[in-house]
Amino acid sequence: MRIVPHILGVAIAAAALISTPVSAAELTGTLKKINDSGTITLGHRDSSIPFSYIADASGKPVGYSHDIQLAIVEAIKKDLNKPDLKVNYNLVTSQTRIPLVQNGTVDVECGSTTNNAERAQQVDFSVGIFEIGTRLLTKTGSSYNDFDDLKGKNVVTTAGTTSERIIKAMNADKQMGMNVISAKDHGESFQMLESGRAVAFMMDDALLAGEMAKAKKPTDWHVTGTPQSYEIYGCMVRKDDPAFKKAVDDAIVGLYKSGEINKIYAKWFTQPIPPKGLNLEFPMSPELKKLIENPNDKPAPEKKA
Amino acid sequence: MNYNWDWGVFFKSTGVGTETYLDWYVSGLGWTIGISIVAWIIALILGSVLGVMRTVPNRIVSTIATVYVEIFRNVPLLVQLFIWYFLVPDLLPENLQEWYKQDLNPTTSAFLSVVVCLGLFTAARVCEQVRTGIQALPRGQESAARAMGFKLPQIYWNVLLPQAYRIIIPPLTSEFLNVFKNSSVASLIGLMELLAQTKQTAEFSANLFEAFTLATLIYFTLNMSLMLLMRLIEKKVAVPGLISVGGK
Repeated sequence: MRIVPHILGVAIAAAALISTPVSAAELTGTLKKINDSGTITLGHRDSSIPFSYIADASGKPVGYSHDIQLAIVEAIKKDLNKPDLKVNYNLVTSQTRIPLVQNGTVDVECGSTTNNAERAQQVDFSVGIFEIGTRLLTKTGSSYNDFDDLKGKNVVTTAGTTSERIIKAMNADKQMGMNVISAKDHGESFQMLESGRAVAFMMDDALLAGEMAKAKKPTDWHVTGTPQSYEIYGCMVRKDDPAFKKAVDDAIVGLYKSGEINKIYAKWFTQPIPPKGLNLEFPMSPELKKLIENPNDKPAPEKKA
Repeated sequence: MNYNWDWGVFFKSTGVGTETYLDWYVSGLGWTIGISIVAWIIALILGSVLGVMRTVPNRIVSTIATVYVEIFRNVPLLVQLFIWYFLVPDLLPENLQEWYKQDLNPTTSAFLSVVVCLGLFTAARVCEQVRTGIQALPRGQESAARAMGFKLPQIYWNVLLPQAYRIIIPPLTSEFLNVFKNSSVASLIGLMELLAQTKQTAEFSANLFEAFTLATLIYFTLNMSLMLLMRLIEKKVAVPGLISVGGK
């Protein structure tokens, strides 16, 4: 059957011809999945104030990271030429976020997820979207103003966070005799602080400002202490999907280049936010300014205090 | 699903002192066993007292026990734990409250809350089993004891309870295993028992599936050995001719 190679050849040539116009947008991985299904699934949190949280009965997330996530969706709509792309929301917790991204339930997760080496084994991170320092929340006017004041005291932090690791390591290295309490979420950590079970709450400074804003009397509390580490938050995407990661990165860098990011920042950190209309009064840090000038997807450099 | 498996993760350093993740599991298992044993002792003693109370010929006494059972059996365990942990300390007198919250080691106060919570919760369930155990005995047992001149406490202590306990060993075993499984609620008030250490390992290492697989195996092995132990006890204390043992 000498004819077969001919037909095959023609078929290949034809296929090449047909596919040439779209080859620039040859879709693979997540982009193909989004294109074929017409939906994109966003992972969000429920109480990471002001990054990604639920503020009203609608159950839809709001927040700084969420606005960035929406900008990513807009960019993908343009890339795929799909103005009516459907958006699904999927609530994640600190325990479920990584597996849900890996198994394809969630396409992109923007919340308050620190980019670190362990997680980078499992997922890819977008360019950084925020940079925090790990600090303390204590009672205004108390004698607990820095980590050295906490020897032999009860200190609370949220289970499964980098702060937990840092403070436990510090306790062991410097033999400070602190009692470290690991609460199940930020709300409960703050409750431990407010009820007097702990004298200080160690966490990411921006989240501390968020918890403070929820307090009965926000002026009773202040964020203090030398930052023990700097951490960069990123959006999580599936590993080894460079096309989708690039689409996400480009969308975020676009916000940085156009200056749109300043508007989003101001909306969540220097203006009243839902649900209580409180203002976090948390100006942009020099670290975040640097990150916005030089967007990159690296974890923050290790800094031993 | 692109997941990076790494079963060697348990031998890696946690970054806290010189501990490995396996050390965390060992200490977590210790707390799980500690909580469960103490809670079980509370549950067994209180549950037996309540079970007896439900069967005595006295309306007021049996009503008290019934009310107890309904309250503790119908409120979710986690809600009860939060009440014991967050609410009850606030009802203490001012100076005692301060000592409890600030001077007492937080692990100790969490431990107290969880054993009291789990003990009282399980007592309601043990109570029901003791009651059914007593009621399962032929009425003639009690009547005969009475005819022989036994007083009520003697009837329970010498005649009814020794037989009732033997009957209820199998359901009591599953209650005993439940205590071990329920002890995982302690992870939600910052007590680093097995589940809390598992979650911490999962978060720190990002090797979630390995972390939870190991925890599953530990819980399973623990409960399986407890079940076999109880089986053995059941055989050991069996009175020949009274009831059949081990379902055979």
